[in-house]
Amino acid sequence: MSDLTLPIDRQRPLDPPDEIIELSRQASMHRMRYADGHLGWLVTGYAAARAVLADPRFSNRPEKMHPAFPARAALAQNGEFRMPPGMFLRTDPPEHTRYRKLLTGQFTVRRMKMLEPRIEEITNACLDDMEAAGGPVDLVQAFALPIPSLVICELLGVPYEDRARFHEDAKVLVNLETKAEDALAALGSTMAYLHGLIQRKRKEPGDDLLSGLIESGDLNDEELTGVAFLLLLAGHETTANMLGLGTYALLANPDQLAAMRDDPAVVENGVEELLRYLTIIHLGPFRLALEDVEIEGNLIKAGEMVGLSLPAANRDPSRFPEGETLDVTRPASGHMTFGHGIHQCLGQQLARAEMRIAYPALLRRLPGLRLAVTPEEVPMRSHMSIYGVHSLPVTW
Amino acid sequence: MEIKADTTVCIGAGMCALTVPDVFDQSDDEGTVVVLRGEVPPELEDAVRRAVTLCPSGAISAS
Repeated sequence: MSDLTLPIDRQRPLDPPDEIIELSRQASMHRMRYADGHLGWLVTGYAAARAVLADPRFSNRPEKMHPAFPARAALAQNGEFRMPPGMFLRTDPPEHTRYRKLLTGQFTVRRMKMLEPRIEEITNACLDDMEAAGGPVDLVQAFALPIPSLVICELLGVPYEDRARFHEDAKVLVNLETKAEDALAALGSTMAYLHGLIQRKRKEPGDDLLSGLIESGDLNDEELTGVAFLLLLAGHETTANMLGLGTYALLANPDQLAAMRDDPAVVENGVEELLRYLTIIHLGPFRLALEDVEIEGNLIKAGEMVGLSLPAANRDPSRFPEGETLDVTRPASGHMTFGHGIHQCLGQQLARAEMRIAYPALLRRLPGLRLAVTPEEVPMRSHMSIYGVHSLPVTW
Repeated sequence: MEIKADTTVCIGAGMCALTVPDVFDQSDDEGTVVVLRGEVPPELEDAVRRAVTLCPSGAISAS
C-alpha cells in the first residue's frame, strides 16, 4: 500500500472517496506517500485519530512537515513563505497555550448564547432580502456566507464592507491547487490589510475582540495580525460551507429536512449529525511525530507524518453504526469535525449557535425550498481544504 | 461521583458546559472549566461521564 497518495476525488458528493471507504474497511491506519515522496501514514479509524490528536508527541508546527498535495510542496519549498507568528493553530505548547488562553474567554458557551439575538437578526435580514429578491438565488451568496461573515466581522471589529477583498484571498488560500506565488500574494494582501486595521484600532479602539486584545497588551502588532487572520479565515470558510453543504444534504434527504424544520427538539442534535455526516474538513489535519509513537500496534517513527481522514473517522462503524446514513436523531456527539486534543476548534460554540439558528429559520421561512438545478449540477469544492458547495442555486 | 478539573490542562473548548450546564461552566477570562456543584445528582451522572469523554484535552475526570 506504500504507493497510496491521499485520495481526494469523490464519486458521490456527500460520501468520502471510495478509496478511503475501502481503506477504512481494511484497517484504521495505512502507509501513505506524501507529495514530496515522504512515506508517512493515513489514519481512517476513529480511535486511532483521537489517539493521535490527543498525543503531545505529535507536533502541529509547519517547519518540518511533509506536504500532502503537490502545490503545497512547492509552497513549502519557497523560501519566502513564513507562518505569521499569531497563526497559533500551527504551533505547539507552550506557544500555543499562550495564544489560546488569551482567546478562549471570548468564545465560551455562555458568551455565544449572548450573541444569539444578534445572529437571529442577521439571519432574518438575509431571509428578508432573499424573499424580496425572489428565487432563484445562490444560497451561498445570499445566506450561507453572509451570516458567519457578518457575525465574525462584528465580533472581531472588521468593517463588513471590506469583506469582498478578503473573500477573494480566502478562496485562493484554501484552494489546494493554488500556485505558491498566488498563495503568497493572497496571504500578503490580507495580512497587509489586517495590519493596517490593527494600527487604526490602536488609535481608535472599538468595543470588539481585536480592540480588547490590543488593550490587553499581551501581543505585538505582528502577532495580532496573525491572530486576526486565523480567526477571520476560520470564521468564514467553515460555517459558511456547513450551511451551504448542510442545506444541500437536507434537500437530498427530505425526511431529515422535515425533522429539522418541524421539531425544535431535534435541531441541537441535528446540527451535530450534520457536522458528523458532512465533515467539511475532508483532508487532514496532519501531524509530525516528534519521537517514536506506537498507536494500535503501528510504530510511527520520529519525523514521520500522520494525516487524518476525519470523514472516515466520523463514519467508523465501531463508533457510529450505519454512519453512511444521515439521521438527525442518532446520538452524534463525539464526532471529530472540530478535531480533538489541544487544537480542537476555538470557535466551535459560535459555529453551533449559527447553525442552530440558521437551518430552522431558513427551512421555516421558505418551506417550499428546493434546488433550482439538478443535484449533479451543483459545483462541489473537491479541491479545497474545506469541502462544501461553490454555489447552491435554490428557489421556493 | 467525584469530579476533578484541571484548569492548567483545559483549553476552553466548552464541551463540558455544553453537555452538562448544571454541573460545568467556563470562567469569563480564560474560558477554563468551572465545576458548579460538588455533588452530582444520580440523574446527571451519565451526562457527566459523556462530558469527560468529549473533553478534548483530558482536563476533567469523574469517579
